[in-house]
Amino acid sequence: MAETHKTDLLVIGGGPGGYTAAFRAADLGLQVTLVNADDNLGGTCLLRGCIPSKALLHVAELITEASEARTYGLTFGDPKIDLDALRGWKDNIITRLSTGLSGLVRQRKVTHLTGYAQFENSQSASISGDGDIDRVEFEHAIIATGSRPISLPIFALDTPRILDSTTALDLDEIPKSLLVVGGGIIGLELGSVYAALGSAVTVVEMTDTLLPGTDPDLIKPLETRLRQAFSTIHTRTRVTHIEEVNTGIEVHWEGEGAKTSEIFDRVLLCIGRRPNTDNIGLENTDIEPNDHGFIEVDSQMRTNDPRLFAIGDAIPGPGLAHKAAHEGKIAAEVLAGEPASFDALIPSVVYTDPEIAWVGLTETDARAQNRKVDIVRFPWAALGKAHAIGRIEGQTKLIVDPYTQRVLGMGIVGPNAGDLIAEGALAIEMAAVAEDIAHTIHPHPSLAESIGIASEIHLGSATDVYMPKK
Amino acid sequence: MATEFKLPDLGEGVEAGDVVGVLVAEGDTVEIDQGVVELETDKALVEVPSSVAGTVTKIHISAGDRVPVGSLLISVEEGEQQVSAEPEAEAPVPAPKEEPASTAKAPAPTPSRPPAPTSNGDPIPAAPSTRRLARELGVDLTQVAGSGPGGRISQDDVKAAVRDRQTGGIAPTAPVELPDFSRWGNIERQPLSKVRQIIAKNMSQAWQQVAHVTQFDRADVTDLEAFRQRNKEKTEASGAKLTPTVLALKAIITALKTFPQFNASLDAGANDIILKHYYNLGIAVDTERGLLVPVIKDVDRKDILELALELGDISNRARTNKIGLDELQGGTFTVTNLGSLGVGEFTPIVNHPEVAIMGLGRAREEATVREGRIEPRLIMPLALSYDHRVIDGADGARFMRKIVDALENPELMLMGG
Repeated sequence: MAETHKTDLLVIGGGPGGYTAAFRAADLGLQVTLVNADDNLGGTCLLRGCIPSKALLHVAELITEASEARTYGLTFGDPKIDLDALRGWKDNIITRLSTGLSGLVRQRKVTHLTGYAQFENSQSASISGDGDIDRVEFEHAIIATGSRPISLPIFALDTPRILDSTTALDLDEIPKSLLVVGGGIIGLELGSVYAALGSAVTVVEMTDTLLPGTDPDLIKPLETRLRQAFSTIHTRTRVTHIEEVNTGIEVHWEGEGAKTSEIFDRVLLCIGRRPNTDNIGLENTDIEPNDHGFIEVDSQMRTNDPRLFAIGDAIPGPGLAHKAAHEGKIAAEVLAGEPASFDALIPSVVYTDPEIAWVGLTETDARAQNRKVDIVRFPWAALGKAHAIGRIEGQTKLIVDPYTQRVLGMGIVGPNAGDLIAEGALAIEMAAVAEDIAHTIHPHPSLAESIGIASEIHLGSATDVYMPKK
Repeated sequence: MATEFKLPDLGEGVEAGDVVGVLVAEGDTVEIDQGVVELETDKALVEVPSSVAGTVTKIHISAGDRVPVGSLLISVEEGEQQVSAEPEAEAPVPAPKEEPASTAKAPAPTPSRPPAPTSNGDPIPAAPSTRRLARELGVDLTQVAGSGPGGRISQDDVKAAVRDRQTGGIAPTAPVELPDFSRWGNIERQPLSKVRQIIAKNMSQAWQQVAHVTQFDRADVTDLEAFRQRNKEKTEASGAKLTPTVLALKAIITALKTFPQFNASLDAGANDIILKHYYNLGIAVDTERGLLVPVIKDVDRKDILELALELGDISNRARTNKIGLDELQGGTFTVTNLGSLGVGEFTPIVNHPEVAIMGLGRAREEATVREGRIEPRLIMPLALSYDHRVIDGADGARFMRKIVDALENPELMLMGG
């Protein structure tokens, strides 16, 4: 039974950006309708991204740590992996969190529709789903349709042996050998999971480094560890074509140090993501996505169509849940007449072991801009807590403005870098100078202490390292 | 050896400037005191003289850049020894810092003054809550100088910016709603020059802060003019021009010495009057770029010839953009002469934070009554504006009388009376 529903605000997409926007708008008094393609809320992040991958990375760490405990005089047997139970545990986490979101939808009296939305014009959208409502008329809409993994024609084989990040997290089996195509964040995280679960993992990356764009000194400790965990890492190597053979996928490639071909059980594609801005009827609005499919917005998330806003992976910038959620709040607040605007820094985290995290100005950026900065590096080899947990390969780095002493950037490699970087984000947002951090007492022993000591090194007041007088 | 020449401290309050032109090229030889960069600051257009000599190996700035004090301008090779200018690219990991503190006693220096807001893409130095407040109040944070360390902008700074705006300061974020003038005819928009912006800001500040009063009087300058004519050629022989303004400077000094509250500033916050024991007189000069007020220092210690020479010199240099920033600062009282342009009476605006200004009008021959007889005399109109918060009307009258007396009795005045 067809039915048209009228609403103040239509939010398209139930990921971290979409549900945050919907909830914030509802809290600010708007009448909100949230349409999501999946029955479950949470989007890529919760259903097939950050959360399940972090759960599995936690398992991977546990396996590695148990094995490394041998050097502390603590020997465990080899882990027995019950894949069904592991999958069940992971799915249970997703269900629990997604159910929580549905509860929040009800409490806020947000109308929740399941289906695909397509704009008819700038004031209405059709909804294709099983529900009664097949059309929504709205005053404003927020496009939070997210992104999906991309493939390339050379990988277009119809076989379950080709995985993307979504199917890799389904954890159907643990392949004996796995080729990860793409040495970016997702490739290295998922590669780490499978390597810990027992796969022989090979990574192939086209450019000359893993994690292209990341400061090399932060990559180094990770790369050292990954070279032990993975069987091979090929950089400057390009896959030319692949074919399915009896024993798996035969991969042909060219580049540095690689054989001309090799056979893998499975091939995991982590070569990028594309915004879900096709098939949503943008041609019936004033929005024209850019060449890469992204919707351009201003700092208040407004598109060039006055009734339409866009956030998250659908707009330019890094595809990160915390960026999308922040943007979702801004869009909702702007719609409610609040003076919100996006002017925050977006921390980046690689959840490998060790983790890499950075925020603000990086050393690479500073060099590219020919910008004079003071760079302070504090190696964790001088940090008590790092010794206590057996992880001294870490490093904390500060980028400081030499004229104002303001902290402009922070980069960390080491366990829990993703947690530690929050202090850097706060420091920069609050316009802290290095002295502010140095005069803040950091608990001892802790990994966070490294940030305090790095600031003291900048001031010249550090006692944990010896600084020769010039 | 390679030396880096950085933008030196340009004097009180100047934190940065816009590069108008680079006066040297890579490969050029520079000498100490040779101008290398033409810089437009908040106060004036200045040539920055080099403090190093040698061959220019690299120029780090270009026209249009905004450079704060301390910015690297040029690199100069002093001797033959080639030193790589490349910064330490890959410092070894344990090296704590690119430039460790030089001694244990002297940790990393902290600049005493926050830099002017820059547009280098850094995040605005203000907390998120402060940024939101600024958006709410419509304050452009790139135009607010933060009072905190590293130029951090506090909520109080934002509120102060709003107060400035409300009290009429020309804040760039205080746009007044204008009608669309093009509805009534063709219009043309011209950007305000930097000098114009500064003048506008200073004038509205003076207008807001100072309780203005203007008194008029007239001085019989017949004898003074006779003196001037008698001595004109003599001074011209020395390359100086004996103008009425030069003589007026002397008269003003006499009055300032008698009434020190005219050579003062008001510190309203501290409830103090600051009396200055030096006499630096600003001279309003009409230039192509707008009004400039170069300052003649220690007017009380200079004789007529010296003053005539200096007045000619600074006026010329003000008109040809060769005036140094320090020559536009430190005035204690200002003289403005519109008489040379034919104006009789006018009401000058006090050059805040000074407290008084003397306007000289055009002297004309008038029929005056002297000892019962009508006589043609040369009469100069005078206008004295002052800050009524500091100076009472009766004092204004006495000050004016003193100047009129001095101008009417040149011998007495020039003898030091």
